[in-house]
Amino acid sequence: MSSFSVTEPSTRSKWFAGTMVIIYALVTMVPLAWIMLTGFKSPSDAISYPPKVVFEPTLEGYVNLFTTRTRQTPEYLEANPPQTWYDEIVREYDMVIAGPSKFGERFLNSVIIGFGSTFLSIFLGTLAAYAFSRFKIPFADDLLFFILSTRMMPPIAVAIPIFLMYRQLGLSDTHLGMILLYTGVNISLAVWLLKGFIDEIPLEYEEAALIDGYTRFQAFYKVVLPQAATGIASTAIFCLIFAWNEYAFAVLLTSGTAQTAPPFIPTIIGVGGLDWPAVAAGATIFLLPVMIFTILLRKHLLRGITFGAVRK
Amino acid sequence: MSETPATRAASATPPSVARKIKGLSDRAIAWIFVGPTIFLLLAINIFPLIWTINLSFTNFKANRIGREVKNVGLRNYERILSDSDIWLNMQATAHFLFWTIFFQVLIGFTLAYLINKKFKGNDLWTTIIVLPMMLSPAVVGNFWKFLYQPQIGLFNYIVAFFTGKEPSSFEMLGSVQLAPWSIVIVDTWMWTPFVMLICLAGLRSIPDYIYEAAEVDRASKLRQFFTITIPMVLPFLMLAVLFRGIENFKMFDLVVQLTGGGPGSTTELTSINLKREAFEKWRTGYASAYAIILFVTVFGLASIYVKALNKVKER
Repeated sequence: MSSFSVTEPSTRSKWFAGTMVIIYALVTMVPLAWIMLTGFKSPSDAISYPPKVVFEPTLEGYVNLFTTRTRQTPEYLEANPPQTWYDEIVREYDMVIAGPSKFGERFLNSVIIGFGSTFLSIFLGTLAAYAFSRFKIPFADDLLFFILSTRMMPPIAVAIPIFLMYRQLGLSDTHLGMILLYTGVNISLAVWLLKGFIDEIPLEYEEAALIDGYTRFQAFYKVVLPQAATGIASTAIFCLIFAWNEYAFAVLLTSGTAQTAPPFIPTIIGVGGLDWPAVAAGATIFLLPVMIFTILLRKHLLRGITFGAVRK
Repeated sequence: MSETPATRAASATPPSVARKIKGLSDRAIAWIFVGPTIFLLLAINIFPLIWTINLSFTNFKANRIGREVKNVGLRNYERILSDSDIWLNMQATAHFLFWTIFFQVLIGFTLAYLINKKFKGNDLWTTIIVLPMMLSPAVVGNFWKFLYQPQIGLFNYIVAFFTGKEPSSFEMLGSVQLAPWSIVIVDTWMWTPFVMLICLAGLRSIPDYIYEAAEVDRASKLRQFFTITIPMVLPFLMLAVLFRGIENFKMFDLVVQLTGGGPGSTTELTSINLKREAFEKWRTGYASAYAIILFVTVFGLASIYVKALNKVKER
């Protein structure tokens, strides 16, 4: 630091600030670290007192998460030696693997519904945002604001009529129903954010393209879209994270085929109470992608959060 | 609302250009582009709202389809507003709202202030602090239940380690006194980063020259803090409070996983109570009226708050 400035904090205050923030960050990470650790514990290590930080890691939790198991007689176990490493793990409890658990399916549902609704929100949202930004649409601002304000409704309140409506239309517990629902919830915010990004693209580019003989539609996807790419990407992240994490609608409107992971993970039951390592393994697999995503895309994400909030 | 770019854009396309455009007319394109979104919004947002209003005047029960549906007028509303249990739920919600916002503002602002000292690596640590708010509240809430276990939980162990109490002597989720605080702790852990980010945006929006001018005037650091920093961050802070307020008024997933509303109904926030009425007792008409009351309450409180916010901004 060579140049002197009155607004530049002193080295000492930087040290102090840095230390405090790092301490907070470390404390705040403890629960997350604990989830990940517990996933590699055996059930008895997971519930030991005092809580164990050093333990012998095992993949039992992960095996239990992905499989269903049955107890077998000693004769059967002796006649059928374990074939694989995961067979061996469950043999310790005199069990054999009966088949895959539902976790894989539920996780896949989360992926399908998350990406499906994000794609739809962004596709429809970008078109609408462009139109709201460039054309005169009667009551555009009031309409947007009113629609945004319906997000103040508790999700349970929205779920009552949606539940009745979906029952009539045969959309309950279907992927399509959940994709449409999440799109409907996300799209008002998506349009609002995207309109902000598109407003910032100078009109001159498009006008030049139009004069050069582009149709309005060509001008939209050849000129405007590439310039809005960053904004579209950060809006997409928000839509995806919402759909990925959503619980209230999922728990009320899905129960089987279209159930996503958040309502499923808490129902993972082991022999005699909750199987915490398996729950932790499920939570880890479900939360880790978002954490990695957040760290990799931190610039867009953090700016997006403040932009979205401050714009209103 | 910032109108300049938007209004400029809306009045866009000078006639000279418009005449030369090939293909569909602008009006047709506008409707093609907006149409599907409007349709979806009507189907998923507006229509259900109207249906809820309709249902709220009836005694409809969603689990008994054949039953005759009677119009009961305002009876549902009267019953809800005179029900003392619902006032207890409102109190639980108010307790939760007040303390989560209090702690999140306090810690969030402090963190933002410290991060704004621009020490080395501050962006990486900011990202780490932000992680909890990106995660699924239901999954996180479920796992915190494990941390709160009286004998084996990490939370109890750490508290015991620092206070010397027996770790099995208190139950965060099981005791009437502690349960309301246990949900405040998890929500604060999860959402403080949000308040922090908004405050950080506010702090970074203060131009350096204001502090330089204050320095020239020999204003002390403390004075600069109270006459420059606080007033200029206040609109941002109030915005963060608005968002957290609305979100926590709707709070469902985290708390339902943590406590399920218990013990008794000490942590039964309005959303959890609403779920009970609508999807366990199946009193659909009654729950609809309840939903409308909640919506009007948030909407009313938020509108008043936004008015205050705009006044602060104008200063």
